[in-house]
Amino acid sequence: MQKRYMAIWFRHLLTDGLARRRPELKDLPFVLAAPVKNKIIITASSPTAEREGAFTGMAAADARAASGDLVVVDEVPGQAAKLLRLIGLGCIRYTPMVSIDLPDGLLLDISGCTHLWGGEREYLKEIVLKLRAAGFDARAAIADTMGTAWAVARFAQKRPIIASGEQAAAITGLPPAALRLEPEPLERLQKLGFRNIGPLLATAPQALRRRFGQELLLRIDQALGRTEEYRELLVPPVPYSERLPCLEPIRTAPAIEIAIKKLLEMLCLRLQNEGKGVRKAILKCHRIDGRKVQVSITTAKGSHSISHLMRLFELQISKIEPALGIELFVLEAPRVEDMETVQEQLWAEAKGLADTALAELLDRIAGKVGPEAIRRYLPSENHWPERSVKLASTLTEEPQTAWPELPRPIRLLQKPEAIEVMALVPDHPPKQFVHIGKRHQVAKADGPERIGREWWRDKGEHRDYYVIEDSEGQRYWVFRSGHYDGGDAQWYLHGYFA
Amino acid sequence: MADAKRELIERLQKDILQLEGYRPPEAGRRGVLGLGPLETAFPNGVFPQHSVHELVCANSEQAAASGGLVSGILSMLMQKSGVCVWIGRERRLFAPALAAFGIAPHQVIFISLHKDKDTLWVMEEALKCSGLTAVVCELREMDFKQSRRFQLAVENSRVTGFVLRNTKDKLSSTACAARWQVRSLPSADMNGLPGLGFLRWQVDLLKVRNGHTGSWQLEWQDGHFVPAEEILISEERQVG
Repeated sequence: MQKRYMAIWFRHLLTDGLARRRPELKDLPFVLAAPVKNKIIITASSPTAEREGAFTGMAAADARAASGDLVVVDEVPGQAAKLLRLIGLGCIRYTPMVSIDLPDGLLLDISGCTHLWGGEREYLKEIVLKLRAAGFDARAAIADTMGTAWAVARFAQKRPIIASGEQAAAITGLPPAALRLEPEPLERLQKLGFRNIGPLLATAPQALRRRFGQELLLRIDQALGRTEEYRELLVPPVPYSERLPCLEPIRTAPAIEIAIKKLLEMLCLRLQNEGKGVRKAILKCHRIDGRKVQVSITTAKGSHSISHLMRLFELQISKIEPALGIELFVLEAPRVEDMETVQEQLWAEAKGLADTALAELLDRIAGKVGPEAIRRYLPSENHWPERSVKLASTLTEEPQTAWPELPRPIRLLQKPEAIEVMALVPDHPPKQFVHIGKRHQVAKADGPERIGREWWRDKGEHRDYYVIEDSEGQRYWVFRSGHYDGGDAQWYLHGYFA
Repeated sequence: MADAKRELIERLQKDILQLEGYRPPEAGRRGVLGLGPLETAFPNGVFPQHSVHELVCANSEQAAASGGLVSGILSMLMQKSGVCVWIGRERRLFAPALAAFGIAPHQVIFISLHKDKDTLWVMEEALKCSGLTAVVCELREMDFKQSRRFQLAVENSRVTGFVLRNTKDKLSSTACAARWQVRSLPSADMNGLPGLGFLRWQVDLLKVRNGHTGSWQLEWQDGHFVPAEEILISEERQVG
């Protein structure tokens, strides 16, 4: 069968994409710009901005001078590829073979697809109208080869559909830039007066190769269909999801367990082959009364171990209410991550925090009592005791700064408790203090260690901390809030030393 | 005849010890942890690492002192790369303090639970995990059955367990290898210098399986337990 290709060109891909995300920009002249060699250069310009004289390649400052209300937005690198990928995935409904054509187009292999829309004209109209309705200024063309379709979509004024075998006639009148050439041979062609492709087709290939290189001949051959051209196709991601329909409705816990095990076997096989591990999995149970119940598990580290995931689900089975029965189980893994393959160790050694058994233990605990109960601390660069530690975000995160070496109590009260003190001399540690009705005689004391409040966070007094030891040998961390002379200096107990 | 019998009994006793999880140090490895006098009380002179220890604390001050002793032992057990799980009732334990005991506080995973039932479950699961070096848990009540379960778990995984029992009530018997009580003592006078001396504790070994109970006064000095008896005597003289 004759191959047919469609090329789609987005004249203002980046600006259209941005206008879709930020509708307030739609009617304003705006450009995207990126720094190139100490200069902010326009990389994409909206139709309104183009009308006002701001073109791609200009310095943003020049464009601003020409048009007062020009909005300059920083360009996000890689945005074009991201947009094209999304549009391409949307185009998979028209043909299974879509490929991205950077920087601003798509190439579709539409062989044998067009009759479903009632012919090529209707097919093309459908796609272009849909894209324009979505806010993209798109042009498309259909031809026997990708090269010709590409050229016609971008450079021809009318007749976007090129009949089979008429590639040469279609591109004769187009400029050499329609051959997808590098800037250097293109410049040479222009210097030598090749205004359009027609004379190139009439020239002997040997002469062209000598002057312009092999690439020109290849591009001509590709456009005319003398050589095949291959492109990488867009593959939509397959979600990590498994289904298990049941012949009879399931109502008992052991049966649910068997179902989960079967689903995990299917899911984990695929994950193992792809070297991925589950971070979050959801089990959806569709009941025969039309309701849906679901339970989910999360892991601290990607896992594709059936036994481990099974154990996590076992803790959740009691939460599944089967009612009259469950007829369909769906297991989804919305979050997966790449796993590092670890070599099995011959000698069991202490592996520290990277140990798999430890990660599995924490998953089980999180499944039973909730992940917020588990905490790991790292030093934080704050002197204020309540803020001197921060939570570690991952299990293997290492501290960036050293732990402080000042004396700190092993038990810190969440909230300092007020105490009554008696001090002989102002600005000295107390001689005795009363805490919850018990009087302590202070025998020894160290201090003060003044810790200032972080004024940019909250207002209040500084604290003067003392380590004190009472006559029974018990050690406390107490502080006076504020200066002594204020009259209202209050003492607090904040911790116990070992 | 009597000699032969004694030899036989000694051998049988050793076998029983092995069955109960007290193994003599492996060849080429030092079984001594560096706990100073504490080790002498245990069979073979080795601190039982693969068993559960129980520390009794009646109030917050004693809980802090017990935490200090446990931290000291943990620093010996964890060495560099070991990981410890600390199960507490509220977020009372202050991580930076562990650095003073030679423990990297980021190697300790804190789990905060409110129900004793959850604590028991988590403790047992953690004791089964061979990737850990030690598990510490703060509990109010523990019955014999539960302590037996803990002991069985550690015999397989070879993890050291510490149970801090915060209770004032009469203590029920448990299957733990040892029962400790720690109280703070006044620190030593540093030749008339002001301020506090080294941390000092009265450590009582109330119960021990197959060993001898004992009572020591210890000081924590630069990462080691040091007996503090001589200094105390001189102090008492001063007081008298």
